[in-house]
Amino acid sequence: MATAPVKRITDIGPPHYEKFLHPMIKKNYGNWKYHETLAPGVLCHVAESGDRIYTVRAGSPRLLSVATIRLFADLADKYSGGYLRFTSRNNVEFLLEDKGNIEPLKRELAAAGFPVGGTNNAISNIVHTQGWVHCHSSATDASGIVKCVMDALYDRFTHEDLPAKLRIALACCLNMCGAVHCSDIAILGIHRRPPKILHETLRKVCEIPTVIASCPTGAIRSATVNGNPSVEVVEEQCMYCGNCYTVCPAMPLNDPENDGLSIWVGGKVSNARSAPTFSKLAIPFIPNNPPRWPEVVNAVVNIVDVYARNARRFERVGEWIDRIGWPRFFELTGIEFTRYHIDDFKYAGLTFARSAHLRY
Amino acid sequence: MADGNGKPKAQMLDELEKGPWPSFVKEIKKAAETSPVCHDLMGQLEVSYEEKRSHWKHGGIVGVLGYGGGVIGRYSDLPDQFPNVAHFHTLRVNHPSGWFYTSDALRTLCDIWERHGSGLTNMHGSTGDIVFLGTKTDELEPTFKELTEAGFDLGGSGSVMRTPSCCVGQARCEWACYDTMAACDDITRTYQDELHRPAFPYKFKFKFSGCPNDCVAAIARADLSIIGTWRDDIQQDDAAVAEYAASGLNIQKDVCNRCPTHCMEWDGKKLTIENKECVRCMHCINVMPKALRPGKEKGAAILIGAKAPILQGALLSSVLIPFVPAEELLDTLKELVSRIWDFWGEYGKNRERIGELIQRVGMANFLDGIGLDPVPEMVGSPRDNPYIYFQGKDGDQGT
Repeated sequence: MATAPVKRITDIGPPHYEKFLHPMIKKNYGNWKYHETLAPGVLCHVAESGDRIYTVRAGSPRLLSVATIRLFADLADKYSGGYLRFTSRNNVEFLLEDKGNIEPLKRELAAAGFPVGGTNNAISNIVHTQGWVHCHSSATDASGIVKCVMDALYDRFTHEDLPAKLRIALACCLNMCGAVHCSDIAILGIHRRPPKILHETLRKVCEIPTVIASCPTGAIRSATVNGNPSVEVVEEQCMYCGNCYTVCPAMPLNDPENDGLSIWVGGKVSNARSAPTFSKLAIPFIPNNPPRWPEVVNAVVNIVDVYARNARRFERVGEWIDRIGWPRFFELTGIEFTRYHIDDFKYAGLTFARSAHLRY
Repeated sequence: MADGNGKPKAQMLDELEKGPWPSFVKEIKKAAETSPVCHDLMGQLEVSYEEKRSHWKHGGIVGVLGYGGGVIGRYSDLPDQFPNVAHFHTLRVNHPSGWFYTSDALRTLCDIWERHGSGLTNMHGSTGDIVFLGTKTDELEPTFKELTEAGFDLGGSGSVMRTPSCCVGQARCEWACYDTMAACDDITRTYQDELHRPAFPYKFKFKFSGCPNDCVAAIARADLSIIGTWRDDIQQDDAAVAEYAASGLNIQKDVCNRCPTHCMEWDGKKLTIENKECVRCMHCINVMPKALRPGKEKGAAILIGAKAPILQGALLSSVLIPFVPAEELLDTLKELVSRIWDFWGEYGKNRERIGELIQRVGMANFLDGIGLDPVPEMVGSPRDNPYIYFQGKDGDQGT
């Protein structure tokens, strides 16, 4: 007699969050009154009931081994009743009932190499993508540049001494898995040459109409190559978005000498004061220079330093530039303004200076 | 790439162990102590650093039985040199709302991943999932089995509803204007089929932020952005305002002058807010959290259409429903979503996000399609061009 097959569990969704909430959070859920910052990376939330929960926030490299996650679990057991969470910017947060545990926890985190900070007017962790660690379309590495930039900005993570919050993000190609397009400073990997068509592969693995339809600028058209149907790229129409490569592996864009980084500034997501806005181009191209990418690090640190010296209290990078104007931004940062800064894609005129509001 | 001990030489990557910020290279080396595949990952990554290019091939179609998403296929283009990462697939594991865990839950995840994969993770991926980084095809099903037995499930990938995410919300934030974690969890559970089985033109993302500070970047990153707000007056504690002033805050300069609608006045003793003109930007509340709080009539604005640049350019979400009371939010959202998905399924092209479809067919046609009336809150301003497509219907000639 056949035995009944074991029931396969599917479509259960994630565990319900209530199972993972600290008892004090469960008790005061929806009834928090206010919060204060006790130190960079240390918050105290006060409930209507008078209860206080302390949060200690530490930076992580996002790419974590199970050994490090177990270390966080052990620290949570020791100091926060086994309860912890992660933030949208890849920081880990321990939720403490006992104020006396803050300093010992901070000491253990420091000893293990995890800095406490990233709150308020500090630079929080850099959200980023996979890069060469795990992605096929990346124009650069992600984790490596983030490591180098955060090494240089370490004190900006552990201190809250900027005029306002400053959010940095990195995406290793235009697909922007990290959605960097609304960041105070965005580091964006870019390709700069059209795809190299692998005609033999294309014939076997790609649908030609899909490849043609994938191009947002209509730069791909059908062609006969060596007697076989294939495609060709009108190179001057290509802006290297890589969408054709996403739908067809025979259209790779990787090019070590021409791939690299661009830097964008002045975007924000929050509605505080000014409306959410996109980041704008600051530096069109910096070559890849692993393992430490000094040119990228210097470019980001320079922008942060100039901003820190010149912005007024509560001005995000974009709000500061709005006040002083783009010519002054380029002057103060020493960044060269080029033809590439002037938009020539769709709706380009929207970013032209369409007034006589000029600063001299 | 290996020296006499079988350990990879990684001279360039070794440089990334230096410096004060926590090092991902150290993490890979830690994982390599128990997982030999990480040696090959280091080896291949070192080659990428030397050659300045990726050595991963375009993904293939792999997954678990009955699901069309949740696994990202990844293959090395140097399989002879690094056979242990010839297959190096990623699993996206749906995170709990708010990214809350107990230490035991984390250990369970670690144990499963150590048994079946590289032992490397992202906590978390950009969309919010727990990312299990790197395993072989024949480990996918056993990993999935253990995950579901432990109460976890896969997240989304491809043309599905992607794993929804939310801010910490009412669990630990006084500003949350609705229960973001409950909403995120409910939507995730309600649409399990849409999350696991691709039936859409392209991806569809939900993000739930409890207030206009928008800590999960809903307005920049989600096809449907649910952003908490309030409809009545800011709650104001005059004594606490005076305390901020006494402790040195320059209320005129740092609060009133920074207000985008200049709706507040400070006479040196009392702060007066013209709430009708307040746009709920959060600045004054952010600066004086003990003195000012969102109002009591709480809910959310629903915005639509954000995306990164691929394909037709980046978009921010724009207002679809200016205010839904918190207690009506989920019902409204589900009704709205079914209409939006119907319209998108009918008219969306392959790889066309909802925001791009709206751009292509026009917001007014989209509103007709989903049965929503136009309201002035939807626009920054009315159109400034005279090219109006008048509808030829009876009695609707633009008069």
